[in-house]
Amino acid sequence: MKYTILIYEAGADFSARTDERRKDAYWGAYRAYTKALTDAGVMVGGAGLQPAHLATTIRQRDGKREVQDGPYAEAKEQLGGYYVIEVPDLDAALDWAARCPGAATGAVEVRPNLPM
Amino acid sequence: MPRGSDGSGRGAAQPADVSPAGDDGSDARVAAELAARTSYGRLVAYLAARSRDVAAAEDALGDAFAAALKTWPRIGVPDKPEAWLLTVARRHLVDAARHAGVKAAGAATLRTAVLEAQQEASWETVFPDERLKLLFVCAHPAIDEAARTPLMLQAVLGLDAARIASAFLVAPAAMGQRLVRVKARIRDAGIRFEIPARGELPRRLQAVLDAVYAAYGSGWEDVAGADPRQKGLAEEAIWLGRLLTRLLPEEPETHGLLALMLHCEARRGARRDATGRYVPLTRQDVALWSRPMIGEAERILAAASHAGKPGRFQLEAAIQSAHAERAVTGRTDWEAIALLYEGLIRMAPTIGARVAYAAALAEVRGPDGGLAALDALPSDAVSTYQPYWALRAHLLKRLGRATDAREAYARAIGVSEDMAVRDFLARQGSAEGEDT
Repeated sequence: MKYTILIYEAGADFSARTDERRKDAYWGAYRAYTKALTDAGVMVGGAGLQPAHLATTIRQRDGKREVQDGPYAEAKEQLGGYYVIEVPDLDAALDWAARCPGAATGAVEVRPNLPM
Repeated sequence: MPRGSDGSGRGAAQPADVSPAGDDGSDARVAAELAARTSYGRLVAYLAARSRDVAAAEDALGDAFAAALKTWPRIGVPDKPEAWLLTVARRHLVDAARHAGVKAAGAATLRTAVLEAQQEASWETVFPDERLKLLFVCAHPAIDEAARTPLMLQAVLGLDAARIASAFLVAPAAMGQRLVRVKARIRDAGIRFEIPARGELPRRLQAVLDAVYAAYGSGWEDVAGADPRQKGLAEEAIWLGRLLTRLLPEEPETHGLLALMLHCEARRGARRDATGRYVPLTRQDVALWSRPMIGEAERILAAASHAGKPGRFQLEAAIQSAHAERAVTGRTDWEAIALLYEGLIRMAPTIGARVAYAAALAEVRGPDGGLAALDALPSDAVSTYQPYWALRAHLLKRLGRATDAREAYARAIGVSEDMAVRDFLARQGSAEGEDT
């Protein structure tokens, strides 16, 4: 089954990406995690996302476009990236989600993908 | 916390879940909590041993504890809180049986059970402790291995499904369902509440001990190195371990398990330095180890060894005891530890034991020997096992194979759940990282 691991990061995580003192640890952990997913043969895809202040949100209401600067919802933690993995069951997906570096600092959400 | 038939609320009687009854109810609450902690498992075991219906016993007790919180502030705490709780729980069981009406067979059994219980439980005498039978039911061969520890934690300690789910990294709803299913199985398959016959006892006891130890290690990547703040269910497991030594004092493995858990627990304070960094066992400051706990573990293990019946947990405790020696002698006898692991692997060839054996071998024969032992392990079994990759990386580094070591460190980091361990491995993997 395919599952998506959604990574919600706090401001400190986003700043760690470019902070001279912290960026090696941040990227090192994600590189290692991505490699572990690939080596285990469960990786389907994924992406890292730019911070939420670069987001633009669009709604179509009564035929009118509403365009808004910023993310869909303001929250302390914002979507920072996601992985799609293929594993036998939810237990296996949770095992992998727990290893995601974002789980230790923010929160990771695991959702089964709709079958396509 | 909601309670209901989905099983997620089985812990209604658990102290932490009892909602405040107001200021005037605090005495009653304290009394109810105390009664809960000391007698929850006894009451569940006693009720379930007759009906074989663990879920019904838990529901009835949950109601009884709720009733206690409502009534005790008004009428005062009864002389025998346990007796009071049991009486109310039994009344609920009878009511439930009456409501169930149509489910004739089950209800009839339940009713008989309740009447029987009423006759037997003369409160002038002590009511029998059926917890050992309950423990054996929880770890029965007909019960899915993955469900045994959660079931034990819920039935004997009254922990709620959400807390157990977190410790075992399972979704709370799924854990609730699993527990409901397994209790239905006990009832419907008619699993007997009994202490196994002598011939069968060792194997069945092993399953009970395994389940308790799994509670100790729950949520920990590696018991020896986990975050001390993340206590998992360590205290609950030690409580169960102590209970087992009281219920089955003549079985040395029960003492072995308790000694093992106490040895691990003694080092909790030393597993992180002041800044929160992970400290591996070999570099822990022995001054931070708990001497009283080590002392207790040593006494228990020594007493167990007099029985002359070695077992897996006694061996594991002996290995931890050998590590504890460093607090006295200042050195670690790796040769003795390697020998003990050899014995352990003969008895229980787990991946954890085999990786630990390789670590000990590396200390005795050098990194080549350790690496050879790691190479002998099946690659399927170790592909996501963090201690394997951490040790492999460490040995490759000692052998000067920098590229291979870096790769292994990355692999170890990638499958690690603990941020402090990840940071430690990253420091080790970087050029300036000092060697262990």
